[in-house]
Amino acid sequence: MIEFKTKEVTTDVLIIGAGMAGTGACVEGAHWAKANNLKIMVVDKAAMERSGAVGMGLSAINQYQGENTPVDYLSYVRQDLMGLCRDDLVMDISRHVNGTVHMFEGFGLPIWKDADGNYVHEGRWQLMINGESYKAIVAEAAKNAIGMDNVIERVFVLRLLLDKNDKKKVAGAIGFSVRDPEIYVFKFKSCIVCAGGAVHVFRPRSTGEGLGRAWYPPWNSGSSSYLTTTAGAEMTSQEVVFIPARFKDAYGPVGAWFLLFKATATSSTGFDYMAEAMKEGGELHNWPPYGKVKPIPTCLRNHLMMIEMFQKGDGPILMHTDKAIATIAGKMPDEKAKKKELKKLEAEAWEDFLDMTISQAILWASKDVFPEEGPSEIMPSEPYFIGSHSGASGAWVSGPEDLQTAESKKEYFWGYNRMTTVKGLFAAGDGVGVSSHKFSSGSFTEGRIAAKAAVKYAVENPKMPEFDAAEVAKFKEKILLPMKHYEAHKDYTTLGTATKKYTLPVEEVNPNYITPKMAIFRLNKIMDEYAGGVGSQYTCSATTLNIALKLIKLLKEDLSKLAARNLHELMRCWENIHRTQIAEAHVRHKLFREETRWPGYYYRSDCKKMDESKWGKVFVNSVYDAEKDEFTMLTRPIIHLVDIKEVVGQ
Amino acid sequence: MPSFVIQEKCDGCKGGDKTACMYICPNDLMVLDVERMKAYNSEPDMCWECYNCVKICPTQAIEVRGYADFCPLGASVVPMRGTEDIMWTVKFRGGTVKRFKFPIRTTAEGSAKPDGGYGVGPGTLNDQLLFTEPASLKANKLWTLGD
Ligand SMILES: Cc1cc2nc3c(=O)[nH]c(=O)nc-3n(C[C@H](O)[C@H](O)[C@H](O)COP(=O)(O)OP(=O)(O)OC[C@H]3O[C@@H](n4cnc5c(N)ncnc54)[C@H](O)[C@@H]3O)c2cc1C
Ligand code: SF4
Ligand code: SF4
Repeated sequence: MIEFKTKEVTTDVLIIGAGMAGTGACVEGAHWAKANNLKIMVVDKAAMERSGAVGMGLSAINQYQGENTPVDYLSYVRQDLMGLCRDDLVMDISRHVNGTVHMFEGFGLPIWKDADGNYVHEGRWQLMINGESYKAIVAEAAKNAIGMDNVIERVFVLRLLLDKNDKKKVAGAIGFSVRDPEIYVFKFKSCIVCAGGAVHVFRPRSTGEGLGRAWYPPWNSGSSSYLTTTAGAEMTSQEVVFIPARFKDAYGPVGAWFLLFKATATSSTGFDYMAEAMKEGGELHNWPPYGKVKPIPTCLRNHLMMIEMFQKGDGPILMHTDKAIATIAGKMPDEKAKKKELKKLEAEAWEDFLDMTISQAILWASKDVFPEEGPSEIMPSEPYFIGSHSGASGAWVSGPEDLQTAESKKEYFWGYNRMTTVKGLFAAGDGVGVSSHKFSSGSFTEGRIAAKAAVKYAVENPKMPEFDAAEVAKFKEKILLPMKHYEAHKDYTTLGTATKKYTLPVEEVNPNYITPKMAIFRLNKIMDEYAGGVGSQYTCSATTLNIALKLIKLLKEDLSKLAARNLHELMRCWENIHRTQIAEAHVRHKLFREETRWPGYYYRSDCKKMDESKWGKVFVNSVYDAEKDEFTMLTRPIIHLVDIKEVVGQ
Repeated sequence: MPSFVIQEKCDGCKGGDKTACMYICPNDLMVLDVERMKAYNSEPDMCWECYNCVKICPTQAIEVRGYADFCPLGASVVPMRGTEDIMWTVKFRGGTVKRFKFPIRTTAEGSAKPDGGYGVGPGTLNDQLLFTEPASLKANKLWTLGD
């Protein structure tokens, strides 16, 4: 086996993950670090120019307040998540986010403008952009801020290290390079975990070549959750997944079609199920008070769709692109204007795909789909963990001091904004729970908020913490285990001889180890069938969840027998260890919350209703003890800081 | 197989220590076979069809063929990315061809200023102001409870 060298990196502040939140942390953190003579560095498992969920680009900035107030935005967010949100966190991002968007424009991001020079809104909060290079542009600003000497790419961070004298304090991190045989040991005073959400925890709808075509990018494997959970940080709302309804198979965006072009969706026989559900006595009235608000919460929109498809059998759901185009064209005064408008519309519709989901353009081209000629199918996806979107899973963090009441301050504030319950450990973006709907701009903003606070922490806690050398040695051993397994057992194979094996990406059968690909398939099958994936039509019960826990326990034992032939596969092994942790946390949270609060995200068949009096007033949180491999479940109160308004427009 | 390499066009990025496609792929899929100096997608079923390798390849050696489990053969979507805009050619299975051109940025590559042009504001570590505020907000002050 190849020899691994150890690289030690010491810095005052470390940013883990350079996606939207991480690049925001670089821009803001670099300023405050420089002003206080501190060193700040960033590490990512990929190249930050195109890493993370925005790597392909985006066609919209989903959070811009414009003239709306933070209370307006909170009103929308709180209702969309069926009452579950931390008012302080949501309003904190909202009050800063306009500044971030203006800076994006300054960096060079093209934002659509109308004839008067005003931003073109897709919906009340969303702006249309030419976003092919969105990530490249913000990453450039981040690199210019922090300096290339402080950027480490292609290093996978797998675990945080705690202070040897204080187990509630972070002291470092450990990872490995996916390019060279090197183990990285980081030492710091504070760090910001912003390593994204998780995909491929549940089985995706396509499992052949299209396995990677989930809505959420296949490279985010639950590292934010794993790093904070295993460091002992309190986690929140791990039961809340996000299920986007998108164009079938390629998961192309529907936002522009719904919001900009005003397209409608019906069941296959033309039944307008949303209008029907809104009427007195309709399905939405079974979910008060959230079913009665406008816009209809995301999960409830899925729920209505699922009833049509899975209960009534009147699927598929159709998006009437043709009618929407005809209506817009019909408003034009003459043929010439109509032709011009159609051309513009066509470019806008295709840009929406080409800027952020190119697969959808390929799919339409390969099936000869012309949106003006007929409708297209939309479909709910498999569940993902993305706390920055219409999900809520993530770390439980301190909020800002000024956005609190006397009551909330006791529960939601402990010194540093966005610090978890572990000292020196901060989080942002998908890493932070119950501050949903931050999206790309809000994640960048939250990265900025967390970075300023993490620098403040390092200034006020100047002594470099120390970790246990024995602990590090133990992790080094653990990191390389999959490569050792491979070397020790590679003679048993289905791929030729031990010295000359097929190099094709085909699977190997071995009685002593499992490959990372089979580990992911095992996890996917468990979650799909017992924890409410597409295979079980998003339904689970205490019985099935307990089966899932038993199977996850066995899987965890087998994860100590993963095998890797090279550094790339070693990363795949560790990604699956990360995924399995969030899977277990998810199942435990689902089991604990005995109700169905987010129909359309998941159903508890043994507790079919929402129980507002008991579960509507609390967050479900958990703390993991890594030494004992034990979860403790608890609740925290939902404290409202302001009365919300009726919102119209999404 | 989502992204694939046309062997005769790939020159292994002329033997540099890292190839463009290996550098950029967010999922670490592209690998250079150093014996033949040709790159390949090592794990096609983990490809997101994000096109970053396609856009960055200096010899246009990488293309994408839609996921075979749901895309009929015969279509292609090919980008040409410049410094200011991107040109897309979409070829349909039935022969229709559509071309689109979209802007990608308004500033010169490399020139993004971290403050976005708003300068450094009056904030300190002990208040809630981010370093460009309040100027970047285009408001006089930062909103707080009671406003
Ligand atoms: C398909 C899709 C469409 C979207 N559309 C929009 C939209 O139109 N508008 C909008 O505003 N928002 C949109 N969003 C939301 C937006 O992309 C996210 O809110 C945002 O990217 C979250 O930022 P983040 O920093 O938390 O995660 P990411 O941006 O995903 O960044 C995570 C980073 O962590 C790194 N990383 C992961 N694990 C490790 C590890 N173990 N070690 C080191 N590094 C690691 C990754 O490489 C990556 O750089 C969309 C999201 C998706 C998935
Ligand atoms: S970027 Fe293009 S030329 Fe360079 S190694 Fe990759 S495929 Fe070959
Ligand atoms: S298309 Fe994207 S995910 Fe696929 S190989 Fe290229 S860079 Fe990687």
